[in-house]
Amino acid sequence: MPDNNNPISRQKFIDELLRYKRGSVSRRHFLGVTGLGMATAVMASAIPGLRAGKAHAGEIGDRVVLATWPNYHDQTNFDAFSEASGAAVQVNVFGSNEEMLAKLQAGGSGWDVFVPTNYTITTYVDADLIEPLDLALLPNYQADAFDPRFSDAGTVNGKVYAVPKNWGTTGYVVNTKHTGGKALTSWKEFWDITKTDFSGRTMVHDYQLTTIGNALKYFGYSFNSVKENELADAEKLLLEVKPHLFAINSDYQPSMRNGDAWMSMCWTGDGKQLNTDMPEMAYVLGKEGGEIWSDYYAVPKGSPHRDAAYALINFLLDPAVNAKEVKAHGYPVADSRTNALLPKELLEDPILYPAQDLLSTLEFGAAATLTDPNRAELLARFKSA
Amino acid sequence: MQTGRSKLLLLAPATLWFLAMLVLPLMVVFIFSFGERGAAGGYVPAFTFDQYMNLPARFTAFKNTLVLAPAGTLAALLVAYPLAYFLAVKVSPRWRLILLVMVIVPFWTSILIRTYAWIFILGGRGIPNLLAYIGIEDVRLINTPFAVLIGIVYGYLPLMVFPIYVSLEKLDKRLLEAASDLGSSPWRSFLQVTLPLSVPGIATGCMLVFILLMGEFLIPALLGGGKVFFIGNALVDLFLQSRNWAFGSAVAASLVAIMLIIVTLYMRLIMRGHRQNDNVGIF
Repeated sequence: MPDNNNPISRQKFIDELLRYKRGSVSRRHFLGVTGLGMATAVMASAIPGLRAGKAHAGEIGDRVVLATWPNYHDQTNFDAFSEASGAAVQVNVFGSNEEMLAKLQAGGSGWDVFVPTNYTITTYVDADLIEPLDLALLPNYQADAFDPRFSDAGTVNGKVYAVPKNWGTTGYVVNTKHTGGKALTSWKEFWDITKTDFSGRTMVHDYQLTTIGNALKYFGYSFNSVKENELADAEKLLLEVKPHLFAINSDYQPSMRNGDAWMSMCWTGDGKQLNTDMPEMAYVLGKEGGEIWSDYYAVPKGSPHRDAAYALINFLLDPAVNAKEVKAHGYPVADSRTNALLPKELLEDPILYPAQDLLSTLEFGAAATLTDPNRAELLARFKSA
Repeated sequence: MQTGRSKLLLLAPATLWFLAMLVLPLMVVFIFSFGERGAAGGYVPAFTFDQYMNLPARFTAFKNTLVLAPAGTLAALLVAYPLAYFLAVKVSPRWRLILLVMVIVPFWTSILIRTYAWIFILGGRGIPNLLAYIGIEDVRLINTPFAVLIGIVYGYLPLMVFPIYVSLEKLDKRLLEAASDLGSSPWRSFLQVTLPLSVPGIATGCMLVFILLMGEFLIPALLGGGKVFFIGNALVDLFLQSRNWAFGSAVAASLVAIMLIIVTLYMRLIMRGHRQNDNVGIF
């Protein structure tokens, strides 16, 4: 019987490590005999996000694969999760919901958790690609703590398929050093200035939903329009603007930071991150409207590390962990428990929480907008023109 | 002793491999190209020529590829030939190995990372910034066809250098001595002896680079900023963004057809050149 009061000797530890490495003993035996298992378990129980459910040390596998968006997490949270649970977080970053959908449709994505946006969830449910969440494994998810505007889309036909991550808006970021101090306020200005003073300096997303949606806004049409004549107007504008663009790319932070690009379509958190580091970067919501969205965590059917998937989601929904996430990426959450832990300046930040008159004109993207074949083909024509 | 049976046995692995990895996938692409896009994307069986009728929508992508792939091949050749010549002919054997390794070393890193580095070199804080110091203002390199061309030459250089190096390296130096003895200037010897004898290396290098370039998508995506669009980028978009597998298959099948035609013509040209050379030798 091992004497728990006497720590393992150095020599014995090395012997056991070598035995474990040779495969002579199981991981469980190794962790038990060296006391590492106990140590990890004690450390894990000190982190509230890991206490619940089956998510304790060593039992959820060594890995969890997360498909998400750029600049959207706090790495120290992942490190803490890995250290406590033994599951390393492997992050895959994507540029568009269409790309995520394409990967899942093709099968064999290998993902355990992914981050779909509100308008995609019904499509995933219809195509039988995601599973209804077992809420018993997500004790940190408290439905009534969330603002229903940003959590409703996770429930389809009365079943919860996805739990809210963050919400935000799609506007644009402009380097005011180049506008002569003039503040821009509309999508009309965004497109017009691109054709003139900002020629060769503007970026648009490589994403049909936002690039076409914000071109539709130039004419005052709905962000979600799938009407043929309205899309034709948007296409004309896009083709006219194309020679004046710096790039068509959803990864705009590097070019904005090094000064190659002066203006770009932009999501809340990127706007906040840029503005924090470079105060001359202004985040603008077009007064004609645009997009408001919410992102969710979901588990694809056949996830290879399902236990780890639930453990990770539960961990990230812990208000203390979630608050750290918000401070790192600058996207607001709909969770009142998390907001209670955030500093006042952040909760009053006009980039994260725009004024009501700007918010009220924004539209949530619709499922039909993403899957509309004409919009997909329009963007493809624009890119290959 | 070669019996029919042992021949079959020897051929079996390669044949199976080709069937499973080349013929079958190509058949799938061909069949899909007559289908239709599903409501939420993907493929629905059908028999229609709509996808092929829609090909002109990707005209610019085909045009860009058919201009920039040969241009990139030529540029790579112009850079690679002097380098290969230097390595094979001019450098002392002691240095040769080290220099050859230096040509390969970049290949040990992912092409993605190496191309990403060029974003910074060609971006506003890179070369344009240096040019501004000497008074050449407002040069924009990144996200232009020129940037893509630079990326291509950089990325594909070793593929061009090595075949040419090999053909120059085994060149019989006595031929050059003979030419010089007969009063030929070094330049003339190069044009009439060295260059023709290195044609197989040039042909192989060009073929390797050109074929790979026709399917290139990474370099234009990173250094072209989504504005310099190759057919490879169109394919990535069709499968990963608009999920139109049927149209994507039609584009892919057309690309294969175009490649077959170009490569066949190219081979004929090279073969004919060879035969003429041989004839010269016989006379």
